[in-house]
Order: sequence, then C-alpha cells, then structure tokens
Amino acid sequence: MVPTAAQQTIRFTLNGKPVEARILPHHNLVEMLQDFGLFGARESCGQGLCGCCTVLVNGNAVSGCLYLAAFIDGADVVTVEHLASAGTLSPVQEAFLETGAFQCGFCTPGFVLMVHQLLDRNPEPTEEDIRHYLSGNLCRCASYREIIQAVRSAAEKRKSCATG
Amino acid sequence: MKTTTKETSQVGRSIPRLEAREKVTGRAEYIHNMRLPGMLYGKIFRSTLAHGRIRSIDVSAAAAVAGVHRVITAEDVKTVIPDPYYGPVFHDQPILAMDKVRHVGEPVAVVLASDPHVAEQAAQLIAADYEELPAVFDEVAATGSPVIVHEVLRPAGMFPDFKDLAGRKNTNLHLDFKLRRGDVETAFAAADHVFEHTFHTRQIMHTPLEPIVSLAESTDSSVTLYTASQMPSVVRMEIARLLAWPENRVRVRTAFLGGGFGAKTYIKVEALVTVCSLLTHLPVKISLTMEEQFYTITKHANTLRLKSGVTKDGRITSRLCEVWWNGGAYADIGPRLTQKSGFTAAGPYDIENVHIDSYAVYTNLPPAAGLRGFGIPTLTWAYESHTDLIARALNIDPLEFRRRNLLREGRPQATGTIMKDAAIDAVLERLAERMDWHAPFDRGSGVIRRGRGIAIGFKASISNTTSVAIVNACGDGSCSVYCNTVDMGQGSDTALAQIAAEALNIPAETIKVIHADTDVTPYDMGTLGSRSTFHMGQAVKLAAEDARDKLLALAAELGLPPETTPIAQIFRKKFGMQAGNVVGIGTFNPKSTQPDHATGLAENITPFWMIGGTGAEVEVDTETGHVRVTRLVNIADVGTPINPGIVDSQLSGAAMMQFGCTMSEGMEFDAGQVTNASLADYKIPGIRDMPDQIINEVVEARQDTGPYGAKGVGETGTFGVSPAITNAIHDAVGVRLTRLPVTPEAVYRALRAANNDALEEE
Repeated sequence: MVPTAAQQTIRFTLNGKPVEARILPHHNLVEMLQDFGLFGARESCGQGLCGCCTVLVNGNAVSGCLYLAAFIDGADVVTVEHLASAGTLSPVQEAFLETGAFQCGFCTPGFVLMVHQLLDRNPEPTEEDIRHYLSGNLCRCASYREIIQAVRSAAEKRKSCATG
Repeated sequence: MKTTTKETSQVGRSIPRLEAREKVTGRAEYIHNMRLPGMLYGKIFRSTLAHGRIRSIDVSAAAAVAGVHRVITAEDVKTVIPDPYYGPVFHDQPILAMDKVRHVGEPVAVVLASDPHVAEQAAQLIAADYEELPAVFDEVAATGSPVIVHEVLRPAGMFPDFKDLAGRKNTNLHLDFKLRRGDVETAFAAADHVFEHTFHTRQIMHTPLEPIVSLAESTDSSVTLYTASQMPSVVRMEIARLLAWPENRVRVRTAFLGGGFGAKTYIKVEALVTVCSLLTHLPVKISLTMEEQFYTITKHANTLRLKSGVTKDGRITSRLCEVWWNGGAYADIGPRLTQKSGFTAAGPYDIENVHIDSYAVYTNLPPAAGLRGFGIPTLTWAYESHTDLIARALNIDPLEFRRRNLLREGRPQATGTIMKDAAIDAVLERLAERMDWHAPFDRGSGVIRRGRGIAIGFKASISNTTSVAIVNACGDGSCSVYCNTVDMGQGSDTALAQIAAEALNIPAETIKVIHADTDVTPYDMGTLGSRSTFHMGQAVKLAAEDARDKLLALAAELGLPPETTPIAQIFRKKFGMQAGNVVGIGTFNPKSTQPDHATGLAENITPFWMIGGTGAEVEVDTETGHVRVTRLVNIADVGTPINPGIVDSQLSGAAMMQFGCTMSEGMEFDAGQVTNASLADYKIPGIRDMPDQIINEVVEARQDTGPYGAKGVGETGTFGVSPAITNAIHDAVGVRLTRLPVTPEAVYRALRAANNDALEEE
C-alpha cells in the first residue's frame, strides 16, 4: 500500500463549485472524478488516444486517463455532467440527441466536450475543421457521419441562441 | 383500451433512442463504472509463452506486497470448481491456466487488492517457470502439425452435432464442416474455364471502447454478476454449470454496453470474478485493459481457397471452397461459426455443384470467435473477390456476371433450402442504380487513378434459438418490457419498445425496457447474430399481445368498452384504486433444420436471410499506395425497418467497422505475442478515415415471419465492404489484393510487383 503520508489534499473548482479531494500521487483525473460520483469521463484505451476520458481543465480538453489528479490543484475542471444546466441540455447535447450522433454512447461525453470546445473557438467550422478537430476521439460504433451533422446543427443552434 | 395513436403507427418511426438523454449527459449506466463497497480489483498475470508446460508459479513476492488481499492461481480455482473448464462448444478453456499455457496472454494468476494500481504492480512480481513447447500459429500448417494444442477434444454438449468429436486425440482440427452438392469434379472437367484463387485475412480485435468487464458479489449460496455481457442467460447457465448450482442461485445483471460486436458473448472473465468473490467473500471486479482485450477474444485469421468452373457464357457450374479458420488456443464459439457461416461460403449464387470444407483449427494464438457478421464478411470478401476476378477474366461486366448467376427467390441455396424473403436481386439492382453503374466514370489520370467495385453477401440467421419476453402493465397504465436483450448501441431498447407499443397501441416513448437481471428477466439465447429484432421482437410482440388481450378481456368483464377505455381506468374499476398488474408473456422459438452431417444439406437452414450489398469508389495514389474511398454505398434487405433512423446508423456503423478490417486493422505477432496491442499501433477508423460520402438504403422488403415484417440488421452493412473496396482497387490500378488489410504498403507492393519491380520483403 502506498503510505498514507503520500496522500495530499488538493483544492479546485469542479463544475463551478469549489471542492477538495484527498488523492494519492498516482491517481489520475478519471479515478478522482469517480470519487465525486462523476462517471462521464471514462478510461478506455489508457493511452490518451481514444478521447473517452476527455475533461476540460482550465478550458482545455485533456485526456483524463493520463492527467495526474495532483496537477488539478487550483484548476477549473468541467465535466460532461456540467453541460446540461437545470435539466436543459446544451445546444451541443441537443444536437447529438436529435441527429442520433451516437450508438453505444460510451465515447459520447468525450465528443460532446470536444464539440463544445470546437464551437467556442470556431463557431462556424467547415467539415474539414470538424474532422480535424475530432480526429483524437474514436467511436467504434462509427457514428461519425451523424456526429458531423450534429456539429453543424449545434453551430446553428448556438448562432440562433446568440442572435436570438 | 383507449387508442390514442391509431393513425400514427409505432413501428416505422425514427424516434430518438429512449436512452438518448442519459447518453449525451454522460449519465448512462455501464458496468465499467460500477463500484461496490469493499470491492477488490483483480489484475491478471498472463503467460509470456505461446505454448508451454507450467513447472511452477511463484506468487510469494506479489502476495507480500502491502495492500494485496490475495493471489489466486488454478490450484485455488479448483477448490471451488474441481473441473474449471468452460466454453460454449468445447469445455477447453481453464479459468486460470492448468498444467499448460496455450497462448501468449493466457491468464495464469490473478492478484486482488482494493487499489487496482497495487494489484497491477504486484501482478508484475509473479514469476512462472515453464517448459517451453513448440508452438503452431498458421491455420493451414496446424491441421497437419505434430504440435498439438489440446491433447483431447472435449465437446461441451450444448450443440448435439458436435458430440461425436468427444475424446478425439492428436488433432488441432476441431470441426470439419462439409457441404456436398452435386459433383464438382465432373463439373470442373466439363467447364469451359476453371478459376482458382486463395485469400488471407489477419486476426482482428473487436475493440469495444468499454472493455470486457465483470463484477461478482457472492454469499455462500448465491452469486450476483454485474457484467458487460451480450448473453446474460448463457452467462447464468455457464456459471451455474461450473459451480454445479441450480440456475436460480446465479443472478446476472447487465447495463448498457459500451459496444460488444461479439466480444462480450458467452463467458469471458465472469467465471474468474465469481471464483475470486467466492474465495474472498468480497465483491471482485476485473476490467480488462485495451491491451488485454487483444489476448482475450478476436476475429479469426483465415486462409480461403476458392475454385470455380464456368461456362463460356458466364454461368458458374461448380464451386469448391476450402476455408481454414484460425481459432487460436480456445474454441469459444468458433466451431459453430465454421459451420453456420461455412454453408454460405459459395456466395449468393445459383450453383449446381458445390463442395465446401470449412475447418476450425486450434493454434497457439489468442482465441478467435465472431465479430459483427460471424465469419460472413470474411467469406464474402473471398467469394466476391473471386467472382469479380472471374468476371474480369471473361470480360463480362461484374454486375452482369452476378445477374447471370444470382440466387433468386424460390431457388435452392447450396444447402438445398429454398430461398424465401431474401431480396438478393433487389439489393443488387438497387446497388447498381445508386452506383450509377452504367454512367460514364472518371477513371482519373496521372498519379491518382479511380476505380469502382461492387459486392453482395448474405447470411443465415442463427437457428433454433429461443427468446422469452414479459410485458407488464401497471395500475396507471404505464408498461414495461422485461427481456434479456442487451442494448450495446444497436438500439434494441428502442426497437423493442416500438414493437410493444404497436401491439399495445400506446406511444413507444412511454414504455420502459428493463435491462437484464436474470432474477427478473426471462431467458434469451443472446444478443448476437442480428437475432434480437427478429427473435426477441417476436417474443415482445407476443407478450404485448397477450397483455393486450388480457386487458381487453378484463375491460369486457367489467362492462367497460374494451377498445376505448384507458388501461388505468380498467385497473381502477377492477381494484377500486390505482393497483394491480396485467402480465403478458411471449416465447418465440422458430424451428429450422440442422445441416446433415455428411452432406451439409438441410431443408430449412435458417429462420431468415440477411442480404447486404456494397459499392465503393476509390482513388489510388500510385506513388504511395494510399487508397481513398470517396464513396461507399450500402444497400440492405432488412425486411421492414422498425426504426429507419437507427437502421441507417447500424448500416453505416457496420460498414465502417468492416472498413477498418479492410483498410488498416490486423493483429501482428512475434512468436505469438501481439506486437500492435494498443490503439497507438492498431488503427481503428477515426473521423478522418471516413469515406467522403456514405449512402445507405434499404430495399422495400418484408420478412413475413418477422415482427411487423422486420428482420435483423446489425451485421448486414459489413458483408460487401472488403470486396467492394478490393474490387475497386483492381478496377483503378489493375492489381488484386488477396490479403487484408489493404494498407498503403500492401497496395504499393502490389503495384511494384505488377510492374515486375517487386520490393524486397522485410
């Protein structure tokens, strides 16, 4: 057992709320989030290659399976669970639902978070932009065609929200 | 019962999946996410040898690591299960290796700790001493090799047709399926042309993004398994058999699966976690890593030899098929696949003389079984490449050549079964239309050459299997479906809700589909082979109709107008308050005949046929060998779709999976060790690999015996993809790829070889 002396307490913002966590040096971000009951970030390939474990740290998408929990101290962490506020889906989530941009749903949180980041930075992406931006997320059910449709639809929704 | 939805039928609607909201918010339930209080994590110590006799296993260093609860080996397993061998066709696979290891990565011991990192670290301290034995890896060589993977064959007894293999010794061949129709040799002698080609495929990994994962919780008299399984009923039966317990002491629960594709069938780590939990009296969870999955279950590597006799006007008169299935070290469901897919190895053609030998072979590679298509995409790749080569050699248009030989409705398939509800010709014709086959085609120029290809395949459904469903109407009129069909992304919850809703005449969105819990949900053979829409669909329909009829009778008995009274009102009148249930039950077990042992012939080989055709347009870079698929057209006979939107995504999902198997996926080995066992080296398709255009279409068809005319669809999109692409490459640059995957290197080598300037092999 790793000596308890190695445990450390970190403080950070999780989905908009200040929290603290007791962690061990080898714990990664996905494991730590599970202690908060958050299972949307999922370890799959364990190498940062599939995107299932995507989490936003200080506004940047990271691979939670490779990101040591210790590095979260003082950071702002957003998970997929935070995107729907008061029961209302975000435009991106709504677009994924409407276009059926998933099958098994295991990779979906990673895609949804990446699309949020994409549209924050590039509100009107071309298909090439979309393919480039999402190339680090894998969907074994291969709902890629529907995902591209969902991104387009989400971009429209966000535009009409902003102008409307 | 009030009919609020009479004008809008529930089937045929493209409603979003019932669980869509949970999936986009990250709240959907997967076994991978489950944790129980006091739970231990198991990490497996695996064989580093492909074949060896175990001399000793030293677990002392691992057991001494602080935080390690216990280390388990086969000796411990035997205290719980004296004969700890499992498998659906052969009882050949030990829960942990006993006496011998038969492939690299075979589980030898397991370390249990409450911290998975501690268990993982400790597992690396285990030392095993082996006497290394010679190993055999090639499926053809293994049939005559002195290296024997299993000393004695041990058929499981689940399938009666394998019983006569019991006790057979000194052979790696564990099933030899034969089909004999007419006389191929005489026909070859009489043919104007005889063509012969050989094809090869490599082992493929299913790569579900949620890994294979099971969690067991036990008492002295019961065990509950939470497992990411496609077959909860079969898991229960197999665990009960191993423990010599009655089925009702084993409870199996599932959740949504993060993909299955055949990887999560029969049992995988379920027996191991059960034993660990019984030995420790604590819950035990094992989640495989991506690397471990490559050593757990795969899709067969194959050698396929096809020979056809053809008349000068392009009629195929005879076809001989020899197919070797590299089953790896444990049979799993491979022998069943060898037979069930084997009888279609000659393709959807009307051929008078057919000779098929389909061999299941043990080797010292990781076990192989079904992956989305149960062998059909591999067979289709071979026979549709072969067919295309013949058409080209005879200078007949590939479409026209297929038309001349197509297996049409009312004609006998190779087994003798008369084709029915199989829209083979409609799929081919629609494919030609969607490919604009007769329109001028830009063939490219300079470095980039363009080509196009078509292919068509068919699959028989699994036969003689049973589905049972329960439909329960509550006091307020809300209804639930209880069944063991597992939604692994194919949308079964939604489709089954639509079927129940149609029979009950209520909106599908109001129905809840209860996920498998074998204490509650009734028997189903499994979620595989595209069988659920048809088999469970019929069971759910029967159950819903049973519930509906009981409600109508109750309403009539109470003096209520049966057709217009809401369900809730029937209960209120009956019980004086919101109370009670009406339960309907449905059992579906379509009969078919097993192929004759000597001839492979059968009158009624399958409950239904699935037909899939694919067309591909490609651009080949002749300087790099890079192939870009610019257009992929998938046409299918799925009967009448229950949910057209989900059917469409199933078709492209299946096509893309086979696209990966065609373009980039293939396990590589060095002395039995997988050298590309990670997503860094094993390339599954990403969003940038998508063809520029994917078109899916279902032909107008109806499966008379299916629920509301529907049949299975999950695998159909895979059938024609590989040959459509290799046929298109041939069309573009005149070279024939006879090995999958068609990587840029493979294409470039073929181009150089065709130019009499072959590159040296590495």
